Amino acid sequence: MAETLLKVEDLHVYYGIIQALKGISFEVGRGEIVSLIGANGAGKTTTLHTVTGLIHPKQGSVVYKGEEITRIPAHRIVSMGMAHVPEGRRIFQGLSVYDNLLLGAYSRSDKDGIKRDMETVFEQFPRLAERRSQLAGTLSGGEQQMLAMGRALLASPELIVMDEPSMGLSPLLVGEVFEIIRSFREAGKTVLLVEQNAKKALSVSDRAYVLENGAITMSGNAADLAADDRVRKAYLGA
Amino acid sequence: MNFLSVLISGLGAGATYAIIAIGYTMVYGIAKMLNFAHGDIIMVGGYAMFVTLALVGHPVAAVAAAILAAVLVCVLMGVSVERFAYKPLRGASPLAVLITAIGVSYLLQSLAQIIFGSASKMLSGLQIAGHVMLGTLRINYVTLVTLAVTVVLMVALTLFIKYSKTGRAMVAVSEDRDAALLMGINTNAIIAITFAIGSALAAIAAYLMLAKGASLANTLGAMPGIKAFTAAVIGGIGSLPGAVLGGILLGVVESLSYSIPALAPFTDAVEFGILIVILLVKPAGLLGKARREKV
Ligand SMILES: Nc1ncnc2c1ncn2[C@@H]1O[C@H](COP(=O)(O)OP(=O)(O)O)[C@@H](O)[C@H]1O
Ligand SMILES: [Mg+2]
Repeated sequence: MAETLLKVEDLHVYYGIIQALKGISFEVGRGEIVSLIGANGAGKTTTLHTVTGLIHPKQGSVVYKGEEITRIPAHRIVSMGMAHVPEGRRIFQGLSVYDNLLLGAYSRSDKDGIKRDMETVFEQFPRLAERRSQLAGTLSGGEQQMLAMGRALLASPELIVMDEPSMGLSPLLVGEVFEIIRSFREAGKTVLLVEQNAKKALSVSDRAYVLENGAITMSGNAADLAADDRVRKAYLGA
Repeated sequence: MNFLSVLISGLGAGATYAIIAIGYTMVYGIAKMLNFAHGDIIMVGGYAMFVTLALVGHPVAAVAAAILAAVLVCVLMGVSVERFAYKPLRGASPLAVLITAIGVSYLLQSLAQIIFGSASKMLSGLQIAGHVMLGTLRINYVTLVTLAVTVVLMVALTLFIKYSKTGRAMVAVSEDRDAALLMGINTNAIIAITFAIGSALAAIAAYLMLAKGASLANTLGAMPGIKAFTAAVIGGIGSLPGAVLGGILLGVVESLSYSIPALAPFTDAVEFGILIVILLVKPAGLLGKARREKV
């Protein structure tokens, strides 16, 4: 594994008295694509929310680029170079596509850089360029996912955290989403990916962790996991 | 009194309601709470002007200084109330927040009574007298000032929300607070800014009310506050154009009702009756969005 970019250690997270994470540890190296796979309710979203600071753990730590960020509020973590593409896309429906993208760059003040990244995003997602002044709520599901990803790119992140980006999309669009995830790596980004589509996730990932009931039960190279009988039975429908 | 002049004075009253209603609707949209103490911020502004008028000698300078002082004091008060009374309740049940807001309202009214006494005061230094005649139509200067101020404020606020970075962040926070956090938006700061804007508008409303001849007491903002809240709900709470439309509508209805002798004593009932009818027909208000179920 390359130099560690994100190190999560022994996370314990509660919702009231319900314990959602029971001591989770994992690492993401710079330039890697790492997946967390697991069934509905396993704690994947909770893990990502803890990493990006939307919720704070009762115990454990999150270290990003060597700095402890466990108690830092979410809005300050963004400017440290981490962007979160949330589950369900969560784009701002009542704002234009362009305004959504501008909000992605909210924490930045380098006007030229923002302009450059805006052009890059419009090149990569021509559909967004065509619809830049349209209200985001009028986009199709696939386009909304592209917007959510483009918005994350505008934060100029080193690490992109993605929660079920392929959810609810047609097979064709699912393929497109995973192509985009690959392109993030080519652009030098690191990706922490959460997916229920374990097969696709493992096919783009370097390494993966299997999450069950708030605990990590398996981990390893993506290819090895994809060949593992238990993983195949439980998550790959084989 | 002919119909047109009733209409115009209704527009003036409605414009003032609109300015107050915007404070309710913005805070509701962005902080997701009903700030029942909003009307009392108007009263705070009234006393800030009262004190300033007593301190500044020159009459014109005194009015300018009074308005400025009211805006500053109201902003400070609104932001402090948010910081110390509402912010600790972020995530608490809406009922707890509502009760707190009612408590703040009583607190401000009682403090004003303790400090300034219960006798009401006329601030003649602020009053705008005189009128113009358009043919047989008589229009008070204060109505013209009120309408002009309202239009300028509405346009400025709309441009601010649509084209400034902070305005965009306000829309984002109102739509989805967590998603806004993920954009790097300090949502607490945006909520504080919203209270500041609402409170500054309340200060302006205080000036317009006193300029029209309202007498200053610790209940100055109570009834206008309730009326403006009604206006915000009529227009669709959370909607800025809705607050303006609701305010104007309420002001015009009020003015018409006052002008009809048989209805005049029941004007308040007429206004709240309209609220009930509109909510029966359009539960989200005239320009409000029907609530989407969260998935
Ligand atoms: N806001 C919440 N309040 C209470 N329980 C929650 C909340 N969010 C998630 N949970 C619970 O925490 C567990 C993990 O949920 P989540 O992280 O969303 O799982 P996943 O993303 O893997 O489907 C589930 O049992 C879920 O019911
Ligand atoms: Mg999830």
